[in-house]
Amino acid sequence: MKQYIIRRVLISLVVLLGVSIMLYTLVRSMPSDYVDLSTSANVKMTDEMRAHLREIYGLDKGIVEGYIDWLTSALRLDLGQSLIFNAPVTDVIGRYAGVTFTVAAIALVLQLLIAIPLGILAARKQYSATDYIITGLVFLGLSLPTFFFAAVLKRIFGYYGLDLLPISGMLTARVTYPDHMTWAKFLDYAQHLILPITVFVITGLGSMLRYTRTNMLEVLNADYIRTARAKGVPEHRVIYSHAFRNTLIPIVTLLGASLPGLFSGAAISESLFAIEGLGNIGLKAANMGDVPYLMGYNMLLAFLTIVGYLLSDILYAVVDPRVRLS
Amino acid sequence: MNTAEKERNKRLREVKKENARRYRALKKEKKRKIPESEYLTRMKDPDNILEIDNLHTFFYTDVGTVRAIDGVTFEVPRGKTVGIVGESGCGKSVTSLSVMRILQEPQGQITGGEIRFNQRKENRAINLVKTPQKVMEKVRGGEISMIFQEPMTTLNPVFTIGRQLDEAVELHSEKMSKKEVAEHSISMLKLVGIANAEGVYKMYPHELSGGMRQRVVIAMALACSPDLIIADEPTTALDVTIQAQILDLLRDLKNKINASIMLITHDLGVVAEMADYVVVMYAGRVVEQGTVQDIFHNPTHPYTLGLMKSRPNILGGEGDRLYSIPGNVPNPVDLPNYCYFHNRCDQCIAECDGPFPEMVALSKTHKVACYRAAKKEVQE
Repeated sequence: MKQYIIRRVLISLVVLLGVSIMLYTLVRSMPSDYVDLSTSANVKMTDEMRAHLREIYGLDKGIVEGYIDWLTSALRLDLGQSLIFNAPVTDVIGRYAGVTFTVAAIALVLQLLIAIPLGILAARKQYSATDYIITGLVFLGLSLPTFFFAAVLKRIFGYYGLDLLPISGMLTARVTYPDHMTWAKFLDYAQHLILPITVFVITGLGSMLRYTRTNMLEVLNADYIRTARAKGVPEHRVIYSHAFRNTLIPIVTLLGASLPGLFSGAAISESLFAIEGLGNIGLKAANMGDVPYLMGYNMLLAFLTIVGYLLSDILYAVVDPRVRLS
Repeated sequence: MNTAEKERNKRLREVKKENARRYRALKKEKKRKIPESEYLTRMKDPDNILEIDNLHTFFYTDVGTVRAIDGVTFEVPRGKTVGIVGESGCGKSVTSLSVMRILQEPQGQITGGEIRFNQRKENRAINLVKTPQKVMEKVRGGEISMIFQEPMTTLNPVFTIGRQLDEAVELHSEKMSKKEVAEHSISMLKLVGIANAEGVYKMYPHELSGGMRQRVVIAMALACSPDLIIADEPTTALDVTIQAQILDLLRDLKNKINASIMLITHDLGVVAEMADYVVVMYAGRVVEQGTVQDIFHNPTHPYTLGLMKSRPNILGGEGDRLYSIPGNVPNPVDLPNYCYFHNRCDQCIAECDGPFPEMVALSKTHKVACYRAAKKEVQE
């Protein structure tokens, strides 16, 4: 087990190196850079001034040279200055990660709490009205595009007189809150996050629910479930102890893979609801050619993806005694 | 769409409608609270542990009704072994699942007949067909237990052997402490001939071989000293040397706790060695039944004769092809009422075109469902 983890970590380092090379090449290959984009409206700009600016921002170097510079400072844990925020990349990520993580984590927990019991219910009552309704909901959730569903919700709550929930932003603009967290401020935050979280939960629910239902069906037909019944195990215990432990195995894999999703944010939904999260900022950074931020943000996601898969492999061995990592 | 196709679609729609009706009826029946008087019954012969009487188990499938068991009658006397033989799909396993009431619902349903079980511990007899699931949970594992065919998949892969054994013990003896339960489980493992019982107790099923797992399954089935053990092809998945060991073990243990065995198999050698009585099934019906001597020395039904002939015989002539009964088992969907064997039988007589033959008693123990045998009986 220990050896396995060490080997995986070493392999991961190589993967991260490859990812960073590809990312840097892609980001630098964008048709116009930060200097072009930020000065395009300024008629007084001369080419010399632009060249001077490029030199300041380090955009005058070629891709190879630039990458080596980025890598040497990144290895010293310095991800550079974000161009649009004019602050260290690590600070920018730290400032906006909280919101993204909170929203995504709440959504994930809600998804699990809804998807697993409903999936089990649908499997137990296969081909019944309950099953068809649940499967129908899954289909709806899977096929609704996030932006469309978000737009529909905003329309309902913002237009049709249902002034119950705020439809964008994170705090009511008219109210001034103190810098530290107060009860009123917290409630205001919470109210603003209801709609975005609903969108995340409904659109993300489908795959997990389907997963649970399919696995549960498969497990319920297994021989050992028949054995459990033949032993005289009561039905609810057959389902929630014997069958559930076996359904858990594939769900754990799914959980590990969702780790990067907790930080990546959802660029489109976040910008639709004007949430200041990593996804929304990432979109802005991509539009402005903010190379250091894009590198830092995407490398964080690459790192989390690798950690997520390692974690799900370890969890896999924990829930399934047949799996031995070697 | 041509007319034949239209006909077919119409028929399938009707089948679907009928099935939905059956499923609803079962759901409703399951919700009903069943009073004790409805499932209490009386054994025909108090020496029997189990009496199956005119049992019908049907599967309502999308293509039509499969009469998996169509009027099966036989009994299991106390302390005896009854072998049930027949080829794949003849209803052997469905009979056992019906007794345990663990059919695949709602498709599989018992639609008629009685299964009377002599509940010695409660000093009463109950009709398992009518018994509510709550009471069945006490019967299953406690008084009737089952050994399944496939030892590789019958144990839950994520629980230790100990936990699975303990569960079987705990469910049927509330008074035992955790420690006593564990001790009992380990003693059961020792009883089925597992040398390293304490070690195996802590192991997971994947760490054991097939023979060892089948021993564990047997230990689990015998843990609560049941009155009836249903062994559904207990040795089919094992190699021959292990087979003999497992069968010996089963017979010894049966005698130790004075249980009866309902042994389901298609291996006539196993039946000859283990059984006191034999029931031969074909396409969901009993075609011949009797003591092991009746069946092996005086097989009467053409199907039984065919089965006897298709055994490999190491003393027989060299180089002969192994005999096999010509033809195939009829399609089980919507079978009409006639002798299902008559299209494969080489001894048909005029009456064979009529309805399914009645059971004829050839002796006190020996019964057969065949027109030819009935005719002979009358002549003699």
